[in-house]
Amino acid sequence: MSETNERISKIVNDADVVLFMKGTPLFPQCGFSNRAVSILDHCGVAFDSVDVLQDMEIRQGIKAYSDWPTIPQLYVKGEFVGGSDIMMEMFEAGELQTLMNEKQVAKAESE
Amino acid sequence: MPMAAARIEALIKEALPDATVEMEPLVDDNDHWLARVTSAQFAGKSRVQQHKMVFAALGERMGGELHALQLHTAVPN
Repeated sequence: MSETNERISKIVNDADVVLFMKGTPLFPQCGFSNRAVSILDHCGVAFDSVDVLQDMEIRQGIKAYSDWPTIPQLYVKGEFVGGSDIMMEMFEAGELQTLMNEKQVAKAESE
Repeated sequence: MPMAAARIEALIKEALPDATVEMEPLVDDNDHWLARVTSAQFAGKSRVQQHKMVFAALGERMGGELHALQLHTAVPN
């Protein structure tokens, strides 16, 4: 396993929910990343994020790791869930909320 | 370079001949598209697998010149 893959593996296994995105949740740098953050906010779950624009190795490495060509990418409990389109399809069908409940991920702290 | 909707549609249909493909502009710039792809070949596949089948049809372009392609996949009723 390459060094980059090991880093990615550690990232996706250390947190319940990880979003690989362009920018940060407060300042997303792309419409698709923005949409992914909104969906997770609506689900009310706590999540970590990785700004791929700050790390070229991760930016390229995550595409190979997931065998998925675009960013954002969502991981839940170490498992690849999909990009923003899949997140939206699942959210609208209620499946994403069900997945989060089933995986027993931490809720976001209420404000 | 933006990619014309007809070209995207043709590539998808080449790989999934039974598919119906509807292209919708997300922004009126001939560059941001939503593709709705319906194919019997998606039956029994997960959403990730369905999207990967479409990515495979688009090859290297996906994530590069096609960064702004939104995708909806469905199995025909």
